[in-house]
Amino acid sequence: MCMLSTKATCNSHGQDSSYFLGWQEYEKNPFHEVSNTNGIIQMGLAENQLCFDILKSWLAKNPDAAGFQRNGESIFGELALFQDYHGIPEFKKALAEFMSEIRGNKVSFDPSHLVLTAGATSANETLMFCLAEPGEAFLLPTPYYPGFDRDLKWRTGVEIVPIHCTSSNGFQVTETALTEAYQEAQKRNLRVKGVLVTNPSNPLGTTMTRNELNMLVNFVEDKGIHLVSDEIYSGTAFSTPSFVSVMEILKERKCVDDYGCSELWNRVHVVYSLSKDLGLPGFRVGAIYSNDDRVVSAATKMSSFGLISSQTQYLLAAMLSDKKLTKNYISENHKRLRQRQKKLVSGLQKAGISCLKGNAGLFCWVDMRHLLRSNTFEAEMELWKKIVYEVRLNISPGSSCHCTEPGWFRVCFANMSEDTLDLALQRLKAFVTEYYNIPEVIGHHQTIRLNHSRRRSLTKWVFRLSFDDRSPIPGR
Amino acid sequence: MGFTLSNQQQLLSKIATGTGDSENTPYFDGWKAFDSDPYHPTTNPQGVIQMGLAENQLSFDLIQEWVLKNPEASICTAQGAKEFKDTAIFQDYHGLPEFRNAVANFMGKVRGNRVTFNPDRIVMSGGATGANEMIAFCLADPGEAFLVPVPYYPAFDRDLRWRTGVQLLPVACESSNNFKITRAALEDAYEKAQKANIRVKGLLITNPSNPLGTILDRETLKSLVTFINEKNIHLVCDEIYAATVFTQPRFISIAEILEEEDVVCNRDLVHIVYSLSKDMGFPGFRVGIVYSYNDAVVNCARKMSSFGLVSTQTQRLIASMLSDNEFVDRFIVESAKRLEARHTRLTEGLEEQGTTCLKSNGGLFVWMDLHKHLKEQTFEAEMALWRTIIYEVKLNVSPGVSFHCPQPGWFRVCFANMDDQTMDVALERIRNFVLQDKEAAVVAMKKKKNCWQSKKLSLSFNNYRRFDEVNMSPHSPIPQSPLVRVT
Repeated sequence: MCMLSTKATCNSHGQDSSYFLGWQEYEKNPFHEVSNTNGIIQMGLAENQLCFDILKSWLAKNPDAAGFQRNGESIFGELALFQDYHGIPEFKKALAEFMSEIRGNKVSFDPSHLVLTAGATSANETLMFCLAEPGEAFLLPTPYYPGFDRDLKWRTGVEIVPIHCTSSNGFQVTETALTEAYQEAQKRNLRVKGVLVTNPSNPLGTTMTRNELNMLVNFVEDKGIHLVSDEIYSGTAFSTPSFVSVMEILKERKCVDDYGCSELWNRVHVVYSLSKDLGLPGFRVGAIYSNDDRVVSAATKMSSFGLISSQTQYLLAAMLSDKKLTKNYISENHKRLRQRQKKLVSGLQKAGISCLKGNAGLFCWVDMRHLLRSNTFEAEMELWKKIVYEVRLNISPGSSCHCTEPGWFRVCFANMSEDTLDLALQRLKAFVTEYYNIPEVIGHHQTIRLNHSRRRSLTKWVFRLSFDDRSPIPGR
Repeated sequence: MGFTLSNQQQLLSKIATGTGDSENTPYFDGWKAFDSDPYHPTTNPQGVIQMGLAENQLSFDLIQEWVLKNPEASICTAQGAKEFKDTAIFQDYHGLPEFRNAVANFMGKVRGNRVTFNPDRIVMSGGATGANEMIAFCLADPGEAFLVPVPYYPAFDRDLRWRTGVQLLPVACESSNNFKITRAALEDAYEKAQKANIRVKGLLITNPSNPLGTILDRETLKSLVTFINEKNIHLVCDEIYAATVFTQPRFISIAEILEEEDVVCNRDLVHIVYSLSKDMGFPGFRVGIVYSYNDAVVNCARKMSSFGLVSTQTQRLIASMLSDNEFVDRFIVESAKRLEARHTRLTEGLEEQGTTCLKSNGGLFVWMDLHKHLKEQTFEAEMALWRTIIYEVKLNVSPGVSFHCPQPGWFRVCFANMDDQTMDVALERIRNFVLQDKEAAVVAMKKKKNCWQSKKLSLSFNNYRRFDEVNMSPHSPIPQSPLVRVT
């Protein structure tokens, strides 16, 4: 057999992690409201399915947008031929304005600094290619989105050094943790090129505080490195405290005008996508926003490897230019996400399970530490397998997100119907009641008394992995 | 703080600040000239006619007609809207099954149904641009190399090398035997690599050829297969122009060769790159395909395709269109017919003026031989002639040097990206230039006159493109040389 590249034969695509294995199990036995009511309910997929009705009704009223027409005239040829990597101007303008609207118009985005990419997956990889050499490193707060191991590292050769965050302060980034991570990198002889944060956070479902952001900005300023802020969930910040973008922080520091920090201005980059806010992951719409012309230039050329289909650009240009739609969508989206999250949180509470208090995202960061046999990742894995195979819920274990504390799980709430969510919560409550003899609890923890016979069956239980690569690609 | 300039430079990666993106070649310079002064029949009849862009615009009416008749193919029409949600959330990197089936079906039809393609081996990518980069990432490590017969598509230098760190080594093909790929040339290139301690991982061919517009005959294809098997290296066949072959001899795909009885080949070594950008004329839709006979490559490529999936909105449209067999059969025939007519119009028009092209039967361009018009048989002379053609004749054609052509004087001239009237205008301009050149050649013999021409390009930075400064071709180290102006 002829040799393939090292990239092809290694496993730094990260697809062996439990994050994806859960998906595979789901694929083998997917829940269906009618045809497979005993199947596994997918709660490991951070999709936003709550507002399609709004988009569909807009489409029905705007047939030109999708029918390759402008004012009733066919522009099919024009679109089919359009492959300029600068993108369709109307689309970039509309996207820039949408990004601004999400941030309450507190900051504005210059379309000429926007680079279009095939999803945030491509945007993040492209930024790494632009900002770092193979072997250099980015610092990322844990827990983080498992896909970063592939997106940031695989083909780029860039390393990730974790910034350890803990539940002691709600997993916020501290200066100590940042400094320790930086030193760790140095110990490993890795040159740190920047920090990458996801804000709002995946998997925490929280927005970063002003303090955190300022602290991060101070840090990268001091070290002379980059800050990449993946703001893919910016439109899902559904309750207070409101979302603060890193661009706002920079604006407050007057970095645009003040020569003193214009260098810093050039080192902060934002990643965005419509996969979460608009629920359109299939359309592959991502973007890089950078104030550095060289980054914009290089990233634009690199986007050749993953441009957005002109068909899709045209449709979304029309959609996002309709300010009535965007205004209504943003507020309705917040409302529905807020309601759905509340439902999940209260349902979990009834099962004696609490979450990190979240105000954004499509998931909750759920605390199941009290359900672990021991405070170890092995115990977390055991619990996770039980939840996947017996409770039949696919949720994501914290270890797959590189969380340093065992017992945390990410549970998604926006990718299913309300009835399905109810069912999932019922199953979970039944499981907890049966295994842990927890009476109905509202609002606070109880001490756990494990049923002894159940404990034995937990340890005897074997998990069979069948890794046959039927998994879909990971969303977040 | 106190940053030194070198610190600043180091803030970005080498590939971001280097020149590996190769956009400073005449291939791109011609585009820039066009962009600053584009021809339009009424508003800018003196503008530059774009003949450097290999697009297929001849058959859109057929597609438009189909789109109108099939509103359900678009998820955003009333008829298709019920599919909107499922399509919008589908991000599985396997792609919509109906999309893969339709593409496999289409690929088979384009090859006269002489071979069939397995939909499970179809992997999506961001256009053929993404496909070529992806296959390089799968097959080679940084520093390793692919052999590529010259002349070849200029952007390979970027697509296969830039972010991958892979090298491209030329396989010499000479105009004296119509740029045939010979066994000797292959061996020679391979040996050179060995001597330089460069590990060759594969051979990349484009068939039908860009820029030649020719197809590889059966014998050559078989010899390539023998070669790669002997050396145990990969064979990547970019068949992006497969459906543009408009007349005999018919196109032979590598897929067909693999099925031949007397061919012994390790299939794990063979991979096909495809796209709808040329055959259908859909470069904007970014539909690239990697088709590999190697399971491990399919697996790896599929994971990598996450970085350049095809929009599901587009997958659905394509799935619908390409599974309409009646439409596909009609389209393939009609498209070929129109390409042939256009090709004939151009080549006959050129012949009348005594300009010959390489005999070709495919592609969206001709490989024009202008060596007679060169002041001397050098690449500097070719560049000088090219500048004349761009700025005075006002045609953007692509000089052979940008395709790594070993002999000067060849130009690629595209013909399928304009209407008949524009083609006639272009021919008229060429006619005038050739006449003038003939007269001038006589005059020049008597009296040579050097004239400093400072061609200052003022690029108008319109909304749509921004470019770095215009550079001289890397192949022409002489800065701003005086143009010998023919009077």
